[in-house]
Amino acid sequence: MSDSATKPRPQFRNISPIDLMNYRLPVAGKVSILHRVSGALLFLCLPFLIAMFAMSFVSEAGFTSMSAVLGHPVVKLILLVLIWGYLHHFCAGIRYLVLDLHIGMDKESAAKSASMVLGVSLALTAVFGLKLFGVW
Amino acid sequence: MTPIEKIGPKRLVVGAHYGTFGFIVQRVTAIIMAVYTLVLLAGILTMSGFTYQGWKSLFTFTVLMMPVGQILATLAMISLAWHAWIGIRDIWMDYVKPVGVRLFLMVLTILWLVGSVVYFIHILWRA
Repeated sequence: MSDSATKPRPQFRNISPIDLMNYRLPVAGKVSILHRVSGALLFLCLPFLIAMFAMSFVSEAGFTSMSAVLGHPVVKLILLVLIWGYLHHFCAGIRYLVLDLHIGMDKESAAKSASMVLGVSLALTAVFGLKLFGVW
Repeated sequence: MTPIEKIGPKRLVVGAHYGTFGFIVQRVTAIIMAVYTLVLLAGILTMSGFTYQGWKSLFTFTVLMMPVGQILATLAMISLAWHAWIGIRDIWMDYVKPVGVRLFLMVLTILWLVGSVVYFIHILWRA
């Protein structure tokens, strides 16, 4: 007799926040929810990013003061989170476009490409972070 | 009214395919933004030093007197807003069930996005 017949698998229906703590999301699920979270984050920050662009774009003096604002470590940290959001949304989006073409649909490839999205976007964030904080 | 026997496995296929349209818009706008991102990145990387003039010309360069830089940036911004509308609308539809609250949030989303587009275009075309 198989193991599953004697011990039924836990079922997660109408998940409550408490269940969510114990629910282990597969890596593709993590990419999916982070795609949504990063998209929402970028949406909320959009007017502020345009304001930053406006300041840097309209005059040379504004460009110089924007450079000074970006020199602040807290601003850099906020910007780094947004850079991660953009990169994750970008990489995960490309994965979805490929999946739309019915490429890499099986469970193993989908899990592999999801891990790649997490890894590549974090690695690129690290590259931008090193550049941003002037390490390199 | 649709006769009840027309509903089921062999029901009349109805609907205007609004969902399909949104699906396609979301993907087309994503590709436009991805390409524009790479174009901007290439522009920044080939710039000789990060100067105000170089930064400005990324968005204001012309080709045969035509404001191509401004047009591309405007198209990318419109793509962004339309793409974000579909995504945020989906979030409200997934998590917010009361119709009144959902409608309120959707209206707020549209105002937020249209406001952002107008603000961006105003700044961009002033140059």
